[in-house]
Amino acid sequence: MSQPNRIDGGQIDRTHSLKFQWNERWMSGHPGDTLASALLANGVKLVGRSFKYHRPRGIFSAGSEEPNALVQLRKGAAQEPNTRATTVELFDGLYATSQNHRGSLEWDLMAANDLLAPFLSAGFYYKTFMWPKAFWEKLYEPVIRASAGLGRLSMWPDPDTYDHGYLHCDLLIIGAGPTGLAAALAAGRSGARVILADEDFTPGGRLNAETYEVSDTPGSAWAENAVAELAAMDNVRLMTRTTVYGAYDHGIYGALERCTDHLAKSDGKPRQVLWRIYSKRALLAAGAIERSIAFGNNDRPGIMLAGAVRAYVNRFGVAPGRHVAVFTNNEDGLRTAVDLRAKEIEVTEVDARKGDMIVDTKGRKGVHSVILSNGRTVPVDCVAVSGGWSPTVALACHHRGRPEWREDIEGFVPADDLPPGMTVAGAANGTMTLGACLSDGHERGVALAAELGAHGSSGAVALASDETFEIKPFWHVADAKPRAWVDLQNDVTTKDVRQSHAEGFRSVEHLKRYTTLGMATDQGKTANILGLAVMAETSGKTIPETGTTIFRPPYNPVAIGAFAGRARGKDFRPYRLTPSHKWAEENGADFVETGMWLRAQWFKQPGEKGWRDSVDREAAAVRRSVGICDVSTLGKIDIQGRDAAEFLNRIYSNPFLKLPVGKVRYGLMLREDGIAYDDGTTARLSENHFVMTTTTANAITVFRNMEFARQCLWPDLDVHLISTTDGWAQFAVAGPKSRPLLQKVVDDLDLSNDTFPFMACTECSVFGGTPARLFRISFSGELAYEIAVPARFGDSMIRGLMAAGEEFDAVPYGTEALGVLRIEKGHAAGNELTGQTTAQNLGLGGMVSKKKDAIGLKLSERVEMNRHDDLRLVGFKPKDRAVLLTAGAHFLTPGDPADMAHDQGWMTSVAYSPELGHSVGLGYLKRGGERMGETVRAYSPVRNQDIMVEVCSPHHIDPVGERQRG
Amino acid sequence: MIIDHPLLGPRDAAEFVYKGDASLIHRPDGMTATDDEMHDYVYLRDNPAGEHRELWYHEQGDRSWLVVTRNTLTHEISKVELARDVARAEGRGQ
Repeated sequence: MSQPNRIDGGQIDRTHSLKFQWNERWMSGHPGDTLASALLANGVKLVGRSFKYHRPRGIFSAGSEEPNALVQLRKGAAQEPNTRATTVELFDGLYATSQNHRGSLEWDLMAANDLLAPFLSAGFYYKTFMWPKAFWEKLYEPVIRASAGLGRLSMWPDPDTYDHGYLHCDLLIIGAGPTGLAAALAAGRSGARVILADEDFTPGGRLNAETYEVSDTPGSAWAENAVAELAAMDNVRLMTRTTVYGAYDHGIYGALERCTDHLAKSDGKPRQVLWRIYSKRALLAAGAIERSIAFGNNDRPGIMLAGAVRAYVNRFGVAPGRHVAVFTNNEDGLRTAVDLRAKEIEVTEVDARKGDMIVDTKGRKGVHSVILSNGRTVPVDCVAVSGGWSPTVALACHHRGRPEWREDIEGFVPADDLPPGMTVAGAANGTMTLGACLSDGHERGVALAAELGAHGSSGAVALASDETFEIKPFWHVADAKPRAWVDLQNDVTTKDVRQSHAEGFRSVEHLKRYTTLGMATDQGKTANILGLAVMAETSGKTIPETGTTIFRPPYNPVAIGAFAGRARGKDFRPYRLTPSHKWAEENGADFVETGMWLRAQWFKQPGEKGWRDSVDREAAAVRRSVGICDVSTLGKIDIQGRDAAEFLNRIYSNPFLKLPVGKVRYGLMLREDGIAYDDGTTARLSENHFVMTTTTANAITVFRNMEFARQCLWPDLDVHLISTTDGWAQFAVAGPKSRPLLQKVVDDLDLSNDTFPFMACTECSVFGGTPARLFRISFSGELAYEIAVPARFGDSMIRGLMAAGEEFDAVPYGTEALGVLRIEKGHAAGNELTGQTTAQNLGLGGMVSKKKDAIGLKLSERVEMNRHDDLRLVGFKPKDRAVLLTAGAHFLTPGDPADMAHDQGWMTSVAYSPELGHSVGLGYLKRGGERMGETVRAYSPVRNQDIMVEVCSPHHIDPVGERQRG
Repeated sequence: MIIDHPLLGPRDAAEFVYKGDASLIHRPDGMTATDDEMHDYVYLRDNPAGEHRELWYHEQGDRSWLVVTRNTLTHEISKVELARDVARAEGRGQ
């Protein structure tokens, strides 16, 4: 439980201890630690194995740019792979394990890969796994799949919840380092509405990691005071643990807040919130990220970025080593030596600007010595490397911006192609010294607040001296014999970059894809510039000529769960319940999702063994007595206005101008390309008032298209539309006994055939005053009605109808029986309206009026859509009546080979008809209308059926329509 | 994206449904159009890299159809009009 590398100082709370487990070993740390700092404090150097070669790796950075220290965090379903130890806040009971090794971390069997390195260089996939061809499926793919990736998924559903949130502000400040804090203070004091977001749990950025002073106080204390002042401002929202990961259009930013990741349990709170931030202006103050230098064996545990070494020493009170070699090409790196000596840590300075270099290192599971260019071997247990700092420009480039190279800082800075509304300040903009950053942040904060109309007093700028800044380009130790790593996460070495160039992959985008440089969780934050520099040198170009790859969101990884938010499982697409749902539940209904609705599929009765028993009984009851079905899911559109009839006449392919008041008409809509689109009935309740029904599936798009026609095509027609699908509960009452049943229900309305004939409609009332609409329409082919009441009466309506129907043996029926009845009757539905069929195909060609313009008329007249030998919807019955038909079977002329060249059409819908005692089908058959009585072959190789069927009228029942008119 | 609705002010693009080129307003009369005219109306669209006039429908809002002038390269929206006003101005009125 001791922490051998814990030293004095830092911003950790030593009064409290936190216990945690690393690879099943108990260790301790303090509040304020990250998992990385706690592991270092406990003397753990080796934390993982590299992706390709399984090389031992340690902690490399102290932030989200970490390429190496990826761990499996937590246990069970909540575990998360590839979590960066450098961003994990330590909590009591934390459990983490190392990744990507077979056997123990110390003795990884896969480390043999390292010996195979000569064969595993850039592009080895593309070269090796090409032949023999048969090996791919049986050998290569399984082996690659087994070794691919780093961490492992739990294979359980994510037990946590995630939320989405929306925020609005005048000014979004990204990054709460010195620049961001100075800007937030200035803008906040001026009165602007500010959001200040930082991914760290302690704001302050490098102020916490360095020993700078601001306004004569230690930098971290100044940051703490600034945060306290901001927290007291009502107009400032300070968001820690929040990564702004993407710059989107029109000032919208994506941000991920980690709400409970620093706690042992989320306790029902959302683990993370995905924020969409709407800003008028944004200030990018994301700072800079240090990069490495490529030298021999520069990937050993204990070799870290110099700034990270300072962060561990100054912020976390941890000594990453007791004898540290500092290898730098810039002045900032040398500060490490100063800070370490202040903690009595031994330092060897290796300044590349003076021509000194580290050429190789030794120590397999932790560096134990470095070999210098002068031949000297120095025993060390840590190497602090600084190749300079790269401004964090990613968000500035999310609109395809191309950053510009600045030679004085040897780094890319944002150009003037920023996302609209964005300003960049501080180190992210190439301002590399503290005093300049503070004043830059302050000035931008004042200026942006003024632009936004906030003119309050911004207070004084915080003062700090500017440290010396000097860098000399030095990227890699040339001719290093041992491998020198560029990208630690993807095991890309300088040799791989040179090989990519030699093999013709010279553009940076090709280099990235061929070598995998800059891919995966860290997106090459510490590696890209180094890789570019090596490529530039190899190709004899400059770094700006070589250019950068495109920056895309997200800046840091975002869990899929956060993007999903609450839209998971059933909530991904919530379904709607019909007005009779509760009653249906009480009466044994099985439910099925149809589009956005949950509908009763059938109502199982005692003694029924399978669904067919229920469905056969329901369908038979409709034909024998009366059945009741909730059809509220059909789309309903209320159409009113002086030109309502004219409007409908242009929407439907068949005429509607002369539909009498009190009558219903079947209507067929075409798409503008002439294909059949939707069908339904439209009732004329009064001169200027129509009620349309659409199919359940197209309810929303039909309404949308009608609004388009109304507003865009014929803007002066006096017509108004409203969707009333949810407003009415509608029930089909079908069967010979439907009239006497409904006669009991309606108030003062004579339902005799003379006064209320087929296709009549009226507004009326039921059960003594409940408003209703009655339509005499039939989907089943029986004498039938549909009765609608306001949706709030839907539950009492089904109960009332069933009670009134008791004496007629009324049964409720579900969607399956509905399907059987319509197939028996030969009515087209979704299976027939496939988006490829014309009115002609459906046998409804005669409905399309040639005397008036309507949507789709012109293109429905195309010759190829009107061929007489084209498909026609007809009926089918099996020659052997005992056989059940199969939907999807293709029709062939007997004797023809079973191939597409001889295809004659296909079966669209089938059902067992209890009325006829055998299976019936609908389908499209070439020249079908002329082939009544012919025998064709119905062939379904998928379902292994090959039978003979007889072509018949699609109207299997009552072809002349006596029942529905009776 | 944010679309500045002429009646409702700035609204998130997620509230809208996209249809396409605003030339869809100019539907030829089916009784008098030639095959080519109707074919071009239904199938042919320009795909400009730059300013584009397009139709958006405020489905999760007031159900207005809008003509939005948007730069397809930068997503900058320079103009938002009610499609009905555009249709009338461009001769779709009676």
